Amino acid sequence: MMFDPGSSVRVKDDWPETRGPVHIRTPHYVRGMQGTVVRRLGAFHNPEDLAFARPAALRTLYHVRFAQPSIWQEGRAGDEVQVEIFEHWLEPA
Amino acid sequence: MDKDTPRAHHDLGGAAKFMCEAVDTAPHALTDFDKEVDAIRGILDTKRLMTVDELRRGIESIPEADYHRLSYYRRWVRSITGVLLEKGVVTEAELRAALEAG
Repeated sequence: MMFDPGSSVRVKDDWPETRGPVHIRTPHYVRGMQGTVVRRLGAFHNPEDLAFARPAALRTLYHVRFAQPSIWQEGRAGDEVQVEIFEHWLEPA
Repeated sequence: MDKDTPRAHHDLGGAAKFMCEAVDTAPHALTDFDKEVDAIRGILDTKRLMTVDELRRGIESIPEADYHRLSYYRRWVRSITGVLLEKGVVTEAELRAALEAG
């Protein structure tokens, strides 16, 4: 699904690396975390498939912003972490 | 942190172990080996034999002890070798013969 800038999203709390060989671009520290969509960055062939030379569908990539203290239990209120996350890792929150 | 999560060993963002050590940000020269590995990867990409995504996947699959022991470009050459063998671009016999020929 498509998300507009400002949408509240949650990163899937999924751990494909526990199920076999994978290549994923979603850092461990944002899994399950709630953030805000900042912007759409465009659509790119899914690197999770490109990494295994499989046919790779186009997937929208987003900038998603998170409150830093909630991720690393450090930093001040207002500190933020911005991560590029593909659409299939995001759910409405 | 570390949160009690099953992160992969290369997925180091925020890993407590690395928060205690200062990152060496001083510029350092590339060796001839580094440049050669970089050039090989460029050629493989141009010839559509291997993508940077496959390179990354190969690097991430290096066992943890080796991953932390190997230099940046030694990880690359390990990944390139593994992926090319897996795809049959080169065979083990060809690789062995080339290494023995020096």
